[in-house]
Amino acid sequence: MREKILTFIEKNSRIDIKELAIVLGVDEAAVKKELAAMEQENIICGYHTLINWDKVEVEKVTALIEVRVTPQRGMGFDKVAERIYNYPEVNSVYLISGSYDLMVTLEGRTLREVSQFVSDKLSALEYVLSTKTNFILKKYKDHGTIMAEPAKDERMLMTP
Amino acid sequence: MRNPLSKTIVTIEPSGIRKFFDIVSEMKDAISLGVGEPDFDTPWHIRDEGIYSLEKGRTFYTSNAGLKELKVEIAAYLKRHYDLTYDFNHEILVTVGGSEAIDIAMRAMLDPGDEVLIPQPSYVSYLPCAVLANGTPVVIELKEENEFRLTKEELEAAITPRTKLLVLPFPNNPTGAIMERKDLEAIAEVIKAHDLYVLSDEIYSALTYQEDHVSIASLPGMWERTIVINGFSKSHAMTGWRLGYACGPRIVLEQMLKIHQFAIMCAPTTSQYAAVDALRCGDEDVKQMREEYNGRRRYLLHRFREMGLQCFEPYGAFYVFPCIKEFGMTSEDFATELLNAERVAVVPGTAFGGCGEGFLRISYAYSLENLKEALDRMERFITKLRENK
Repeated sequence: MREKILTFIEKNSRIDIKELAIVLGVDEAAVKKELAAMEQENIICGYHTLINWDKVEVEKVTALIEVRVTPQRGMGFDKVAERIYNYPEVNSVYLISGSYDLMVTLEGRTLREVSQFVSDKLSALEYVLSTKTNFILKKYKDHGTIMAEPAKDERMLMTP
Repeated sequence: MRNPLSKTIVTIEPSGIRKFFDIVSEMKDAISLGVGEPDFDTPWHIRDEGIYSLEKGRTFYTSNAGLKELKVEIAAYLKRHYDLTYDFNHEILVTVGGSEAIDIAMRAMLDPGDEVLIPQPSYVSYLPCAVLANGTPVVIELKEENEFRLTKEELEAAITPRTKLLVLPFPNNPTGAIMERKDLEAIAEVIKAHDLYVLSDEIYSALTYQEDHVSIASLPGMWERTIVINGFSKSHAMTGWRLGYACGPRIVLEQMLKIHQFAIMCAPTTSQYAAVDALRCGDEDVKQMREEYNGRRRYLLHRFREMGLQCFEPYGAFYVFPCIKEFGMTSEDFATELLNAERVAVVPGTAFGGCGEGFLRISYAYSLENLKEALDRMERFITKLRENK
C-alpha cells in the first residue's frame, strides 16, 4: 500500500485523504495511518509546491555547482556535505560518482550573489579542492513535470 | 437524372445524436464526459519510434497483411497475455483500426440472408457493417440485472436456422461490462451446438479491473470458429494512428486479406513501425494507464453511490453506465437538460441501441479533477430533479 500511496501523492500531494482512499480502493483510516507513519519515519520528507519562477516577476538564478573535495578521515564525505548543506541558500546536495564528488544546487537573486557564495563560502572551506559553477538558463522539465503550457484537450466529440 | 444511391446505403440511419454533439462542441464552458478515447498521449517511446521510421525514409507500402516484425510481435503478445496461438504468417492481418477488421470480417463471412447476432448496448458500427455486408442484423438486448453480460438463454432465444455469426463486444463500450471465463464457457456450448461463428471485438481487452481478460478463442473448440479483433487504440492510447488487427483461422483470414488488399492496400506504415515498439516495450505503459483508469473508476462509482444513483459495477473499458430511470425522463432528455443546466456532456444510452434507454454512458478517459468537477455539477442537477418531483 505504501508504494501505491507514494506513487500517487508524489504527483499530487494536495488530494484529500478520503479521495485518495477511494481512488486507491483502500480504507481511509488505513491511508491516514500509513501517511502518519511515513511522515514519522521521514519517508515523506515534505509537501512542496513546484513553481515556474520564470513566470513570476522575481529575479532568481539557480546554479549547479560541481565540487571536488577531500574526504574527511573517519567520516568520508558526509561531514563535508553537512558543512555545505547547512547553508540555507543551498537547495540540494548530492554525492555523485564520476569526475567530481558533490553536486550542489544553489539559488540566489543574482549571478553576483551566487558567485559570491561560491568564492566566499564554498571555495573557502579547507577540504574543497575545486568548484565549477554552471548557471541554469532555462528549466524545461522539473520533478517529472514539463514547464511549458499544459496541452489542451484536443479530442473531438465523435459519434460514439 | 437517375438516383445515384444504392438501395442499401439509404436504409442505414445516420447516428441520431449528431445534433446533440454539435451543441456540445459549440459550448465553450461545457465539461465533456463524452469522449470514447484515452486522454493519455501515446507513450513517447512509441511516438519516437514512429518519428524514427520517418527519418529513415520508411514511407513505402508494407506487405498487404502487415509488417512481418509486427505480426510476429502480435502473435507473441496474444500468447503472452491471452494464451492465444496464431501463426503470424497466415492467421494475423494488420488493419486500419479495429473498425476495418469488423467490416472486412463481416464481408468475408456473410451471404445475403445470413443473420448476425448483435448484443446491445454496443458500439455503433456492428449493425451498419452487417447490413453493408448483406447480412441481416438481429439485436440481442442485454439486461442490467445480468450486468449487461450475454447469457446462454438470451443467446439461445435469438438463434434461428439462418444465424451464422455472433458479435461478442466485450469488454463493452458503452456499458463497461465484461464476460468472465464462466460466462464465456456457458455461451460457447450454445455456439458450438448451433455451429455459429464468433466475431470477438476485444479492443478493450487490456483494460479490465478485476481479473485478466479471457478471450473466447482460448476456450476448447472455439479457436476455429472465432475471429478475434484487437488493436492499439485503447491499450496503448493510439487512436489516431489507426491500427488494429484481426486473427483467426486461415480459411477466413485469407478472404479478409483479399478485401483488405483491394480496398486498403495496407495499414499505415509509420503506425506499424511504432506499434512494433508498443508491443516490445509497452506492457508497463499499459499497466500504468490501467491503474490510473481504475482509480477514476472507483471514484466515479463511489460518487454515484453517494448520490444514490443506481449503477452496476463495470469491470472493463473506461465507461460507467448509470441508470436514470428514477427520474422518468428519456436518456436524451436527461442528457440535454444536464447539458443546458450544468454544462456537462454525457452520451445518452440510446446512442448504443434502444435498450440503452434509461442509461447514460459516462467516460472516465478524463483527469480526476475533471471528473470531480463534472460529478459535482451532476450531483447538483439530480438533487434539483429530485426536489422538483
